[in-house]
Amino acid sequence: MPLLKNNEFVSDDWAFLPDDAALPESGKVVVSLTRLVKDWDQLVEFTGLLGLSLANSERTDELEAYLPQLTLVVLTFPAFTDGRAYSQARELRLQGYRGELRAQGNLLPDQFQYLNQVGFDSFVVDERFSLVDWQGASKQMSLAYQRGLYRTAGEREVWSQRHQGFAAWEEQPHAG
Amino acid sequence: MYRYDEFDHQFVSERTAQFRDQANRRMAGVITEDEFRPLRLMNGLYLQLHAYMLRVAIPYGTLSGKQMRQLAYIADKYDRGYGHFTTRQNIQYNWIKLEESADILQDLADVEMHAIQTSGNCIRNVTTDHWAGAAADELLDPRPIGELIRQWSSLHPEFSFLPRKFKFAITGAPHDRAAVKVHDIGLRAHKNDKGETGWEVMVGGGQGRTPMVAVTVRDFLPEKDVIPYLEAIMRVYNLYGRRDNKYKARIKILVHELGAEKFKAEVEAEYARNPAQTTEVEQRELARIEKYFAKPALEKLSRFAPHFEEAKRANPDFARWAKNNLAAHQHDGYTIVNISLKPEGGIPGDASGEQMRVMATLGERYSQDELRVSHAQNIVLPHVKLDDVFAVWQALKAADLAAANYGLVGDIIACPGLDYCALATARSIPIAQALSRKFADVARQEHYGPVKLNISGCINACGHHHVGHIGILGLDKKGEEFYQITLGGSSSEKASIGTILGPGFAAHEVPDAIETILETYVKLREPGEEFLAAYRRVGPKPFKEALYATA
Amino acid sequence: MSQIEKGQVMTANRLRDGIAVFLTRSGEWSEKIDEAALVQEPQATAALESRAAADVKATLVTGQYLIDAERIESKVRATLIRERIRTLGPSVRPDLGKQAEGTAGAFAAVEG
Repeated sequence: MPLLKNNEFVSDDWAFLPDDAALPESGKVVVSLTRLVKDWDQLVEFTGLLGLSLANSERTDELEAYLPQLTLVVLTFPAFTDGRAYSQARELRLQGYRGELRAQGNLLPDQFQYLNQVGFDSFVVDERFSLVDWQGASKQMSLAYQRGLYRTAGEREVWSQRHQGFAAWEEQPHAG
Repeated sequence: MYRYDEFDHQFVSERTAQFRDQANRRMAGVITEDEFRPLRLMNGLYLQLHAYMLRVAIPYGTLSGKQMRQLAYIADKYDRGYGHFTTRQNIQYNWIKLEESADILQDLADVEMHAIQTSGNCIRNVTTDHWAGAAADELLDPRPIGELIRQWSSLHPEFSFLPRKFKFAITGAPHDRAAVKVHDIGLRAHKNDKGETGWEVMVGGGQGRTPMVAVTVRDFLPEKDVIPYLEAIMRVYNLYGRRDNKYKARIKILVHELGAEKFKAEVEAEYARNPAQTTEVEQRELARIEKYFAKPALEKLSRFAPHFEEAKRANPDFARWAKNNLAAHQHDGYTIVNISLKPEGGIPGDASGEQMRVMATLGERYSQDELRVSHAQNIVLPHVKLDDVFAVWQALKAADLAAANYGLVGDIIACPGLDYCALATARSIPIAQALSRKFADVARQEHYGPVKLNISGCINACGHHHVGHIGILGLDKKGEEFYQITLGGSSSEKASIGTILGPGFAAHEVPDAIETILETYVKLREPGEEFLAAYRRVGPKPFKEALYATA
Repeated sequence: MSQIEKGQVMTANRLRDGIAVFLTRSGEWSEKIDEAALVQEPQATAALESRAAADVKATLVTGQYLIDAERIESKVRATLIRERIRTLGPSVRPDLGKQAEGTAGAFAAVEG
């Protein structure tokens, strides 16, 4: 399935490492939370790049110590109506995670702006939607009322526009 | 009243275009019904028994004459000349075409209205006290914080795919007319010793299959912290609310299963985890909104209104209506006019386009261009001069809008039931009609005093039967409609869930059963004791005995 | 005694306007339940199901399902009250819906 990043389809050079597979010398590997916790002493020495794949039932509030070592976190949408990963994404970003945050599973273009706004910046998407579908969906709403979210260049926060000169909720630069 | 600025206008217009695109993609077969359903629901569009139904938001129940007139226009142009005011202060149209739905949203946007989040598993239209800004007992107007929450919750990227729907209700008065304790989140205003405003935050109330009264998680949340604190509650719910069973997915189940203390600890931990956010912008925004809700410039009048008193003396029908349908206003010489949408034999909450126009005109001429929709499916003119009331009543009477039963047993709340609703298990409207005919005599209703009689056509409880003093729930038993009766519910500040009395009744038996209950109450009441107080004193036993003795 | 023929009818809502419709023997969707194909045999039921699924795909209708019904002297009566209301319109507004437009079924929501 295509990987969407910066509004383009790109190739995916990450590989998921099953819990029982040996850690390679280097490369870009994604591990489960179980593996991450169990083999942390070994993984912290890993010379390649480390990613974490999190189920949407797993808690994000105890990951702070691991986050600086991670370059990728993958969150999952088992159904497009199951919105837990939106909050997981926000929690990770609020905890200061700056690496790539990837959404995978059942995603619709109609949700694309929401996904971006909570901090996702790469997306494993279904082939039935074209790149044009995603690009179009990325700019349907130019305004949002909420503050403290990720905004692309074309998007504005209504409240911040109305009351200029006050501090933003936080700095949230996009990774990559 | 709140007025849109350029941002609100642009936001709603972009949202309308987005929905038009979604509807077009559905009709072209690009997206499936399963994919479209959550998208259309987030714009209030349902598929019901006879056609599509569109539910339009009336935020915190407040609208202008122009907006009411537009609702009438939509009823006439796109529907069958009427609309149904709902228990969540919305209006819904029953005969909508998908292919016209985006045009309707555009017509709504023209008058600063929308249908955003009137359905779906997201934060729904915020409701408040329908007498907000007018009631004599009010501490403060709950609508500014309601508007702040409306904006914050609109298309919230994190909270648009929640485990289940999510409803806010807000009251600024000690007497709760907004049913805040039976909402997912209820807010009640308090003032501290320094005169600062704080909000009591109640979570986990609700009706439906598992009715529950909310628990208080904060007694006094400083106003400046409301938005980040609500975010914390919503995040805890979004992450940990059940998604395995839609009947257990509301926040009340999470609060119940975790226990109030553990739930509260999760929320506080989540709230504390966020970096100290400055909420200066939120406070500025609230202050900006508050200006729109400044008290209207009412005339300085005497408390005694001679024309009003004289009209009552001369016209007993008017006097009776005035006794039942007016409520105390904060300002001398003014009153709150409650228009009952419950005429004898009528459909609770329904109004024709013509009636909407009459009410729009009355709102413009006599009530500072303001109208309200109440959760009891009535319309309120909040700021009427006592000396204008007779003229208002005459106009209402000519439009068949002068039912004098406000707050009495004829003022029945009823969901659309199986006559319209795809989820219903039985009809509710015919029961309401039969009851309103049986108790048509207003003198008889006055004899029974204040009674809230609420009817739902299924366990989802849109007709609020759990919190009716008398509740009726329509169910299906092997293909037959039958009705369960509950007693002792209340949505007030002393909220309670009604108790099921016993086996259900066939539709034709319901009016007599209700009469038996009311007559039992009359026999056992102490002087001046209202129905609910009497029930709370004696419990269900005498009513059970009276109802089932001969069975 | 009139002949009562029991079976099932395929129903759905038309996609563009949401009106309740019933699948006929010729494979069209009719607003009138009396024109519906009433089937008993698994093979015939399967044929209705596959036709309906195709028409859902073709964006003609949505939300298709089979309902129990019986035919009495060329009139079709749905078994459930809910479905009878769908073939008539709201019982509290006889001036609206199929019952007012000449496309109603012949049987009231509740008989007797």
